[in-house]
Amino acid sequence: MYRYDEFDAEFVNDRVAQFSDQVRRRIAGELTEEQFKPLRLMNGVYLQLHAYMLRIAIPYGTLSSTQMRKLAHIARTYDKGYGHFTTRQNLQFNWPSLEDIPAILQELAEVEMHAIQTSGNCIRNTTADHLAGASADEHADPRVYAEIIRQWSSLHPEFSFLPRKFKVAVTGASTDRAAIRAHDIGLEIRRGENRQIGFRIFVGGGLGRTPMLGKEIRDFVEERDLLAYLEAILRVYNRWGRRDNKYKARIKILVHERGIESIREEVEAEFAEIRGGALDLPQEERQRIARYFAPPPFEEGPIDAARLTEAMAKDPAFAVWVERNTHAHKQPGYTSVTISLKPIGGVPGDAKADQMDSVADIADRFAFGEIRVSHEQNLILPHVKKNDLPEIYAALAEAKLATGNRGLVTDIIACPGLDYCALANARSIPIAQRLSERFADIERQREIGDVSIKISGCINACGHHHVGHIGILGVDRKGEEFYQITLGGAPGEDASIGEIVGKGFSADEVVDAVETLVDTYIRLRTDPKESFLTAYRRLGEAPFRDALYGEASRAA
Amino acid sequence: MSARLWTRDGFAEDRWQAVPDETALPGEGAVIVSSARLEEARETNALELGVALEPGEPVEDIAEHLSRLSLVSLPFPAFTDGRSYSAARLLRERYGFEGEIRARGDVLIDQIPLMLRCGFTSFLVSHEPTLRRLETRDLPEVPLYLQPVGSEREVPVGTRPWLRRRAG
Repeated sequence: MYRYDEFDAEFVNDRVAQFSDQVRRRIAGELTEEQFKPLRLMNGVYLQLHAYMLRIAIPYGTLSSTQMRKLAHIARTYDKGYGHFTTRQNLQFNWPSLEDIPAILQELAEVEMHAIQTSGNCIRNTTADHLAGASADEHADPRVYAEIIRQWSSLHPEFSFLPRKFKVAVTGASTDRAAIRAHDIGLEIRRGENRQIGFRIFVGGGLGRTPMLGKEIRDFVEERDLLAYLEAILRVYNRWGRRDNKYKARIKILVHERGIESIREEVEAEFAEIRGGALDLPQEERQRIARYFAPPPFEEGPIDAARLTEAMAKDPAFAVWVERNTHAHKQPGYTSVTISLKPIGGVPGDAKADQMDSVADIADRFAFGEIRVSHEQNLILPHVKKNDLPEIYAALAEAKLATGNRGLVTDIIACPGLDYCALANARSIPIAQRLSERFADIERQREIGDVSIKISGCINACGHHHVGHIGILGVDRKGEEFYQITLGGAPGEDASIGEIVGKGFSADEVVDAVETLVDTYIRLRTDPKESFLTAYRRLGEAPFRDALYGEASRAA
Repeated sequence: MSARLWTRDGFAEDRWQAVPDETALPGEGAVIVSSARLEEARETNALELGVALEPGEPVEDIAEHLSRLSLVSLPFPAFTDGRSYSAARLLRERYGFEGEIRARGDVLIDQIPLMLRCGFTSFLVSHEPTLRRLETRDLPEVPLYLQPVGSEREVPVGTRPWLRRRAG
């Protein structure tokens, strides 16, 4: 993991002092709420429906056990004993008081954490593949570049008041688990002709009111030019992005209105000016950062996983969990584990302080003390021995964290919705809970197979509903909560934006509607291996719409 | 409340006179005009010349006049409008402009450190709490930087090539 040096520690401490001063001035009335807002936002402090919310950065979703214990401590001391892991690999505390926030930030600084740029119209926390450094299909570690970008973007003087927020995601594997084309900038690490590292760069992706997939702006940017190219894109955006309407202010709109060719031309012209200057990234420096992400001390050689096979044969629930919640690892005898934060009927992404402590303990015992947060709102132990899985499972079960549903219909993504959020039109969490209960039977879930349900409580799409196989969007219809369903979205290397299937459903109807969609898929799939998404892409929306609204609706 | 001029050295008298487009140019003195008037104004050799760009007006448009200019005033129609940060960097780093770069409009204490880094040297401030804070000369700044912006006021520090610290 990345470790702060003296510079980083001093930087974060200064930042805490700066924000403490801003909070003091706000409380003293020297700053109006309007003037305080962009300052608190740049430190992750939101004003929600009932209280302030503090969003803590977990750079590219990587946490140490020590950091996790600190989060548990903060949840207990300053909040109501739990935290909420988000689709941006961050953690949110929903109930801190403004007066306590400087103290919380000080506690975070002690474990090399902060809340810098987790909100506001600036470059947000850079996200990356949650299986970075572990997965079998990876060709380069995205954390190295995510860390370099995190540093370059921290308190960037030119890009702190962009037209709108700006999100960067990085992947270095053949499966895109970072949803790079749903970000303002998506980076795919590639190897060039002589195996040298470079980046395929997508620009102009984003969800929200006008969902768009990122378009390729360059098929190969050399490693040393990475920051120069990013600065060129950001400068073009900062100068020419729309500022007249916040709903048209993301870079996706600029790319859409001007066309990718025109944006490419401007970015390339800017890049030609900046290239080779102070932002040049020397290979030695990249290698120095890369050493922070060296693999942990794996036991070498193939490890006989006989213990695992035996335990799976004895305990079917364990076998299901292993089948669903572990992932192919690059090191023989090892695997990565998904710790589901989606218990049946639970709040997606929530973890209690005691659970955080349990995960930290398990990570120390079995996983080199390393933890990840996935954008699916689950936790990951990236490196564990397959033969340790029975003990890990038992320890997770004790902490009520052993749900074996990764990627299944109950592994639902949901934004906080109207239960917390001042922007929401409808509640998300109760819909997620009722869906989870409806599909509780694990055998039924396995029969349905891979399908993702993603729920957003408003058009801002924090629940990523546009890229859910089944997306649910909460809307307000004459003061009543209604839910619009989209089908066929996907976030990865085969990304697509879901299509609205028809008129919305009331809160009472929406769970039945989802069940109808799932049943229709089961009925029409060629065989159990054909996933929901594949079947939908083959069949189109017609049979699903007919199932929901009746064939008569087609004539209408 | 009228605006006061602040620089790194403290509050200063504003010796510049803004001349609206409809007013005749004086024969001498330090004047700030709009970009539309630069062609006309640059002919009067006794004038010390500055230009005020409007929001969204690209610095490229005044590039040919920069050698004749001693001041460029950049607008912040709202503190959330960050376009002028880019404009200032371009003036300093691309065009090598060495004159005064002035921030005007919604200039607030917490943004001034960012503006300084981008190359601004003077600030026309009317926000009362900002003025009070500037009296103390204590800027709410993190004087450690994680990105080089080509400023001579910043020096390399630590092991990474992009780290900087405020000089002096």
